[in-house]
Amino acid sequence: MASETVVSMYQAQKKIYARAVSGLFAGWRWALVWATQLVFYGLPWLEWNSRQAILFDLGARRFYIFGLVLYPQDFIYLTGLLIVAAYSLFLFTAVAGRLWCGYACPQTVYTEIFMWVERKLEGDRAQRMRLDASPWGANKILRKGGKQLIWIGIGLWTGFTFVGYFTPIRELALAASALGFGPWEWFWVCFYGFATYGNAGWMREQVCKYMCPYARFQSAMFDKDTLIITYDAERGEPRGARGRKADPKAAKLGHCVDCNLCVQVCPTGIDIRKGLQYECIGCAACIDVCDGVMERMDYPKGLIRYDTQNGMAQHLNRSQLLRRALRPRVLVYASVLVLILGALGTSLALRSPFKVDVVRDRGALARLVEDGWVENVYRLQLMNTTERVQRYRIQAGGLDGLRTDLGDTVIAVDPAEARWVPVAARVAPEVAAAAGRGSHPIEFTVERLVDTPADTPKSVVEHSTFVVPR
Amino acid sequence: MSDFVHSGWGWFVAVPTVVSLIFCLVLLIIASRRKVMAADNSTGHIWDEDLKEMNNPLPRWWMWLFVITVIFAAVYLALYPGLPFNTGNERFGGTLRWSSVGQYEAEQEKARAALVPVYAKYAQMSAEQLAQDPSAMGIGQRLFLNNCAQCHGSDGKGSTGFPNLADNDWLGAGTHDYVKTMIAEGRVGVMPPMAAAVGSSEDVRNVAHYVLSLSGSAHNSVWAQLGKPKFATCAACHGAEGKGNPLLGAPNLTDKIWLHGWGEQAIVNIVTQGKNNAMPAQGRLLTPEQVHVLGAYVLSLSQPTRVAGN
Repeated sequence: MASETVVSMYQAQKKIYARAVSGLFAGWRWALVWATQLVFYGLPWLEWNSRQAILFDLGARRFYIFGLVLYPQDFIYLTGLLIVAAYSLFLFTAVAGRLWCGYACPQTVYTEIFMWVERKLEGDRAQRMRLDASPWGANKILRKGGKQLIWIGIGLWTGFTFVGYFTPIRELALAASALGFGPWEWFWVCFYGFATYGNAGWMREQVCKYMCPYARFQSAMFDKDTLIITYDAERGEPRGARGRKADPKAAKLGHCVDCNLCVQVCPTGIDIRKGLQYECIGCAACIDVCDGVMERMDYPKGLIRYDTQNGMAQHLNRSQLLRRALRPRVLVYASVLVLILGALGTSLALRSPFKVDVVRDRGALARLVEDGWVENVYRLQLMNTTERVQRYRIQAGGLDGLRTDLGDTVIAVDPAEARWVPVAARVAPEVAAAAGRGSHPIEFTVERLVDTPADTPKSVVEHSTFVVPR
Repeated sequence: MSDFVHSGWGWFVAVPTVVSLIFCLVLLIIASRRKVMAADNSTGHIWDEDLKEMNNPLPRWWMWLFVITVIFAAVYLALYPGLPFNTGNERFGGTLRWSSVGQYEAEQEKARAALVPVYAKYAQMSAEQLAQDPSAMGIGQRLFLNNCAQCHGSDGKGSTGFPNLADNDWLGAGTHDYVKTMIAEGRVGVMPPMAAAVGSSEDVRNVAHYVLSLSGSAHNSVWAQLGKPKFATCAACHGAEGKGNPLLGAPNLTDKIWLHGWGEQAIVNIVTQGKNNAMPAQGRLLTPEQVHVLGAYVLSLSQPTRVAGN
């Protein structure tokens, strides 16, 4: 029987001192940090039609995206957007693994920014480790405290920006200068500020390893033709230190000089040489740093590289890898993605400048009015989805001589407003008798009047029923 | 609340809750340490010859999250109804003395307070002024659609038994004050069954035709002539000429407005069976300021110059 020891089922988080890295893929990551953050921090400040270009006004239930005014009825576009996001994730993951995690996920992006701050104040890996080990003194307090302050600042700015998508950000900025937020604004600014600070400053790889569901199910989408970050063991082993001038063949060594840099740069603290691991977020920091070492050693680059499991095993070249990248599941993901994007774009392009809902009165289905005419009452909700006043004319059809009490009345609806219009529709007694008792399909045609040269003739038809009583 | 007045029910909930919280903590502590093989960090369990259970410890902050949920539960039980901390008449009422009824009432109070500035401006305006104010009419329309349209129809034109509010024919004075009173206090309109006083069923039929003749509607003139003397019974309320009496709320029978249906059969039914027609009081649901705006909107329905636009 082997010896037993009693251990805790929970372990303290081991602090990871990721070493700074530069290179092709780090450059890509920084490009994406700039791109995503310029969009995130910048968008709410843009103006459009003398209002905030992007504003999700939850109180008024209007969602402004540049020229678009979306109603809650347009929720299908959000569904479309989520499907596009999901299929993009499937597609990218099937082709090249956790690209999202490594380059674009907010967790990665903010961690990158926070680590940059950390590096500026506390230095790189070795200096940080020394600083942490050193006793507390003025220098340590200043560096650590400064880092925390900047982190909190970035967190609060992120929270502020996030709230700025839902509350006009210029008013919010004025309120911020006087610390005059409302209670919910305080809550959400602090909530998102704290989430950013906590996740990017403290939790970091713990989020990816223990909290994020996408991290786990992306691993399930890999197959043997998915590009992953791999260490070429065949070429690298046996690893070992050697002089720069030494011939590895003579020393019976592989190309891995066992410098351990790939482990030091890893933000999740794994050793890529052990093969594919669930902790790997695919950031390619190890590729960048290893390529640098290979260059210095005058060995070919790519000891650690993007390659597929099949590619490794069968020594496939780049064009063979590319051919295998176009396998059925990738083509299916890509075509579904293109299809949905096309449908979404078409639907937005053909979107009606107004919407109509017909709600018939339920309290009294029908009534007899003078001379035996039968009348039904409806409410039409006219929703103006543009930012100009629109005028409408309403007509009813579907039964002989069906007419409304509106006649030729023109109804105006203010920009981005919705208005209820009660409408009584009636038919003559002969028509009602001919149609018979019960409900009959009718339709309302709402026609927008052409007020400016920019308007095109447009009408919306909505169906309802007309009830002839017993 | 009356179902759970006995404090035994409080204990019934509190004791198992506290016991299970303690159990969870104890279990967490007991299960947090275990033996593993020092050599390979496995638990020593092997299945199918080579499938080993390894020790892959969770991060410790995960355990603290669990502890935090237990602390949260304890605080929650103390603040909200749960533990017997309160010595008032609600022993398990919680130190915050929170109740769903109390929360509802507080929210109602808040909503009412929020309405005050909205309506302050309108309370000073007359019905005519309100009718010219698009935003007041917008509020009035929404109040009408939410509170009145179920019976009177979305266009206010009613149906059988439910008065048309858009025809400028009022059973009373037809002023803003009158409409406001009707909305706030409601009204019960009573037409007593009159068949016994009128006479035989033929007499009733004849009276019905006389009533039809008053408004120039299609009728049998012979029967109407026979019915004319019998109408004396009706004249007490509807007047000798059938023009009604606003003081009593008795309808005018000489116009072509038929609240309870048009034609001989409808009139015969009302005369023989009578009718109690109730407008329920809305004063407890709407504030006086809301009634003020709503009354102006209702009046505007019958104004020929009503603004159709906004």
